[in-house]
Amino acid sequence: MDPDSLGYIFINACLINNFVLSMFLGICPFLGVSAKIETATRMGLAVIFVMLVSSMCAYGINALLIKLNVEFLRLICYIAVIASAVQLVEMFIKRFSPALFRALGIFLPLITTNCAILGLALFQTQKQYNFLQCLAYALGAGVGFTIALTIMAGLREQLDLADVPDAVKGAALTLIVAGILSLAFMGFAGLGG
Amino acid sequence: MALLGKQERDALWDPVFNNNPIALQVLGICSALAVTTQLKTALVMCIALTAVTGFSNLSVSFVRNSTPHAIRIIVQMTIIASLVIVVDQVLKAYVFNVWQQLSVFVGLIITNCIVLGRAEGFALQNPPLLSFLDGIGNGAGYSAILLGAAVLREFFGSGRLYGHQILPLVTDGGWYVPNGLMLLSPAAFFIIGFFIWGLRTWKPEQVEVD
Repeated sequence: MDPDSLGYIFINACLINNFVLSMFLGICPFLGVSAKIETATRMGLAVIFVMLVSSMCAYGINALLIKLNVEFLRLICYIAVIASAVQLVEMFIKRFSPALFRALGIFLPLITTNCAILGLALFQTQKQYNFLQCLAYALGAGVGFTIALTIMAGLREQLDLADVPDAVKGAALTLIVAGILSLAFMGFAGLGG
Repeated sequence: MALLGKQERDALWDPVFNNNPIALQVLGICSALAVTTQLKTALVMCIALTAVTGFSNLSVSFVRNSTPHAIRIIVQMTIIASLVIVVDQVLKAYVFNVWQQLSVFVGLIITNCIVLGRAEGFALQNPPLLSFLDGIGNGAGYSAILLGAAVLREFFGSGRLYGHQILPLVTDGGWYVPNGLMLLSPAAFFIIGFFIWGLRTWKPEQVEVD
């Protein structure tokens, strides 16, 4: 498949180079929010939305910064854009679905410090994608994040019943399971051809 | 260490073993997993993160009494982002190869939970020097885990340490068959997972209670 085609970029970001399981981005919410399937899916949807918005903004800002020749300001601009995008999503959800707003709680503002989103903005700049490619990349990354989060939540709901040593409970067990999951996702590597 | 009182010593050493940011608080895992395939990149990353955490704590602590509560997160983010830009430019200028390998992960120090977590959780309540030491201590705690993982991964994954060949590889006529899995992403999860397991077996009071 052509590595620049939209379909390939989407599958690449979503499965082959899954943001969580092979690039290690967004591990904090991955460990923090993945205890229940329902919260995990909703969190995933919010992340997809923030990713799309911030990817579009980051694309515009990058073009502007290059024009003004001040690329070193990129990081600080991106983080400001992401923080505003999260604020926007927060207001949007609060207005149209107060129930979801309460369910997400503190995790909504914490999307700002989700490194998957800043990582996405930085990667799309580094790979010099055009506008449509950026959108495909953002969508792929968001869907990939949601898939990983949901699978992990399903596994963790089962793990609650498992009889394991006390020292392994919590973070250690989650990380080891994530490792096995990441091993499974490596199977997608052949998909790109 | 005679210059420092007990409080300062605690701020510096506590985060390394007793209250390790990665192992106990499970913060800042992202970069810990991503940059540990080689000892050299891990070392540069550790120095960068320790510097950022230390100086962001110092700066946040300096302005802690004049920052309105409502906008403190924005102030902290601005301070951290500026420091990361400085670190990014310094790395780009002096160790270009490593900077290229680290790619976006230097920039991602901004969203590393350790930095914001310490600024928010410690520097807002404490005087500058103490906050600075706390930042350096947390950076050191992060570094301890990161360097440990990097040594394991580079040694078993490619038979090298800091770029020097220690175990002669089969492909070069030696005897060691490298364990390719160590260089891939699953190994990073396993190693950090086992680290936390080990640390909690050694110090049972760190076990999470439901």
